[in-house]
Amino acid sequence: MPKRHSLRVDPISCDGHGLCAELLPELIGLDEWGYPVLRATEVPGTLLDHARRAVAACPVLALRLDRASR
Amino acid sequence: MTGIMQFAASGPRPLWYATRASGTIALLLLTATAVLGIAVGGRYAPQRIARFEISALHRNLSVLTLAFLGLHIVTTIADPLVPVSWWAAAVPFVSSYRAPWLGLATVASDMLLAVAVTSAVRLRLGRRRWKAVHWLAYAAWPVALVHATPGTDARLPLQLGLYTGCLAAVVTVVCWRLYRAGPGRVAARLSAALTALAVPAALGGFLFSGPTHARGGAPATPLTVRYGQSSARAPHGGSP
Repeated sequence: MPKRHSLRVDPISCDGHGLCAELLPELIGLDEWGYPVLRATEVPGTLLDHARRAVAACPVLALRLDRASR
Repeated sequence: MTGIMQFAASGPRPLWYATRASGTIALLLLTATAVLGIAVGGRYAPQRIARFEISALHRNLSVLTLAFLGLHIVTTIADPLVPVSWWAAAVPFVSSYRAPWLGLATVASDMLLAVAVTSAVRLRLGRRRWKAVHWLAYAAWPVALVHATPGTDARLPLQLGLYTGCLAAVVTVVCWRLYRAGPGRVAARLSAALTALAVPAALGGFLFSGPTHARGGAPATPLTVRYGQSSARAPHGGSP
């Protein structure tokens, strides 16, 4: 059964460091104040490694990758 | 191992040189790690390099710091001329050899170990718990610096310059971060800035009053004097 991965930003924790948009520009853009805007929450398999890297890079652990089996 | 010990006990004392060199390098790397970490915390955003690169450099240098810290600890324990046990490397203030300074070293390395371990599992720990431990780095850095001030090489001008540079870098970045954290919380930021500025003032006064040499247990004094004479030929620090 394929696993579905989805990105989530915790708006309380997020300080707008912007590292996630640097590492995963395919899925994450920044608004005019530097806070992330998700273009899509579902992460395709080809971007999974990049998504994990972006999650690990967040200095305030505000970006999470949730996994749920379909 | 005994062969290494015998070699170390005679002649140029490579272990002692390794201890001093790795300690100095570890302090430099720790300072760089701290400066980069504070820069990340203050959302430093340079034009030329990406922010994730600063963050990655902070993490990679922290691992390198631990490597040199490990070398510093292992060579200190392995050096038969310095009576330091494995226990003293883990539990603060149990060593009889230059007790206060070695105790500070153990305190600093224990704190850094806690910071490193919690950072390695920070995604599992969650932000709050990870950050609570991560603040210890702010305490570990000055403790490590104070531990370095009575060192064998601390009488060399170059080494003192190095310490001053480390101090200036960290205090500058801390003040920058406090400035960036504004506006608001003026009292908290001002008191933090005063604390940051009090560290070099206290350390400077401490060095000037000169209690740093020939302290500690009975065997410390002859050892210190003997090593002190050879300190002018320190193999590191860039002097010929």
